[in-house]
Amino acid sequence: MKAEINEQALLKGLANNDTKAIELIYKNNFKTVQSLIINNNGSYDDARDIFQEAMIALYEKAQSESFVLTCKLNTYVYSICRRLWLKRLQQLGKFSNQIDSHEEAVSVEEDLEFHLRRNAEFTIMDRALNSLGEPCKSLLEGFYIKDLDMQALAKQFGYTNADNAKNQKYKCLIRLKKLFFSQYNIGE
Amino acid sequence: MNEDILMLQTIERYLDGTMLPDEREYFEQLRKNTSEIDQMVVEHSMFLQQMHGFKNRQNFKHSLNGVHDKLLAQGVINDGEETTFKGKVIQMYHKYKKDMAIAASVGGVIAVVISGLFTYFSPVVSSNKLQQLSIEFAAIKKNQQVQGSIINEVKSKLPKNVNLISGGTGFLIDAKGFIITNAHVLKGNSAIVVNNEGDEFNADIAFIDTKKDIAILKIKDEDFKTHKSLPYSLDKHNVDLGEEIFTLGFPKNDITYTQGYLSSNTGLDGDTSSYQIQMNSNPGNSGGPVFNKNGEVVGVLSSKQIQADGVTFVIKSKNICSVLDDLKRDDTAFSKLKLPTSSSIKGKDRKTQVKKIEDCVFSVKAYNRSLK
Repeated sequence: MKAEINEQALLKGLANNDTKAIELIYKNNFKTVQSLIINNNGSYDDARDIFQEAMIALYEKAQSESFVLTCKLNTYVYSICRRLWLKRLQQLGKFSNQIDSHEEAVSVEEDLEFHLRRNAEFTIMDRALNSLGEPCKSLLEGFYIKDLDMQALAKQFGYTNADNAKNQKYKCLIRLKKLFFSQYNIGE
Repeated sequence: MNEDILMLQTIERYLDGTMLPDEREYFEQLRKNTSEIDQMVVEHSMFLQQMHGFKNRQNFKHSLNGVHDKLLAQGVINDGEETTFKGKVIQMYHKYKKDMAIAASVGGVIAVVISGLFTYFSPVVSSNKLQQLSIEFAAIKKNQQVQGSIINEVKSKLPKNVNLISGGTGFLIDAKGFIITNAHVLKGNSAIVVNNEGDEFNADIAFIDTKKDIAILKIKDEDFKTHKSLPYSLDKHNVDLGEEIFTLGFPKNDITYTQGYLSSNTGLDGDTSSYQIQMNSNPGNSGGPVFNKNGEVVGVLSSKQIQADGVTFVIKSKNICSVLDDLKRDDTAFSKLKLPTSSSIKGKDRKTQVKKIEDCVFSVKAYNRSLK
């Protein structure tokens, strides 16, 4: 019982991007995942990649309030990694559906689907941002991602005042939205 | 266009709750009556959510990498690369497993061999890896101490009581004092550059792009004498596999020459913006120019693969030029920047080339100036 409470607290910390929580989950799980992947035709870099992707999936799931773990956290992380790695291997055409593992795993299909959908959405956003060109891209990133205020941005980009920068930001935003929705509505 | 902006601005204010009650009521009425506006609000709110999610993910990735590197440095996790050997054996095992229903005993033998291999290989390899890492750390530390002492001897232009945070190499791309280097060389908010003779010059960080890992410094110092012209040019063309290349850099306090050859037209994981070269590079080489045999700059040395010997990555000149072109167009501070167009050291022997280039390559040292 106590362990369960701890794991819920850990998930809450994770949802808030708390480094301590991330570190703890990392410590408890990375090695297992690393040996899974290295024993199945992967490298250290693959392990790092897959593990971090699973962490992102967990992080984004943990942010929705309805998310409840139905198994031990370790099992969950392991299962996600296992599925992600199988998928990767299939994409590379290296392997069929068999994977060598000694740990218990649960079905995570639904959560994985949610994650892949999110991935697709963020890819669209990333692409839209990158095809904007400068200074639009950095301006919008500064405002929406780095949370800088208009005053600071105006100074950084050399606009004479915050209003001009703001105006420019909106112009850029209109372009970004157009790019984003043109892809988003097609649905990848 | 202006109306669009106004509308967007209004919707943003409505969504972030900064509207006054009266205005809000009016706007809500407007939403009810005009389906287009209603649609715009819904759409924008959704867009902002996407943006928010995107931002969170970026930040989280950042935390993840931080944690990974920290645990790696502490030795809690390790990059036991060589253990991939087991992977291959197991794969082989899988391949033949089907046939082994017939000859189960063979499976037993292979299993014994595998476990033998595990115990034989894994412990030795991982302790090796860890040791290497610590040597590297110690070496860096020592380096910094040496740098510190020399800076104290000659009157330094560094403000008192600041510690150097990071360092590397940089080189002139415009005789007026524009220097290009890697963004990761500049971990602090201020920088000085030092030439081969040990003369220091204050420099402004004029531009930094951490994603492309490119940064530009502008020397702002009375003591700096502008060069008449630069001996080298930037070559945007792809280099051929096997072509000989060389670099000058500051892995220590004196300028150091290293040579190698181009081993791949793509960088790590097929990254097309970089080359892979075979060359021994050390901390401090980052940001250095990489030349072809004609003395043209083909790229900026940026990183090396930890698990492999001498595998070094170079950001292609083509990418640097495109960044610079954008800058020249969009930013008035750079509009006068003129890239060198021809190499005057083409066809000269290597010693002469290096002599000419030397003066244009600088050691870059970054520190944090308190912004009081």
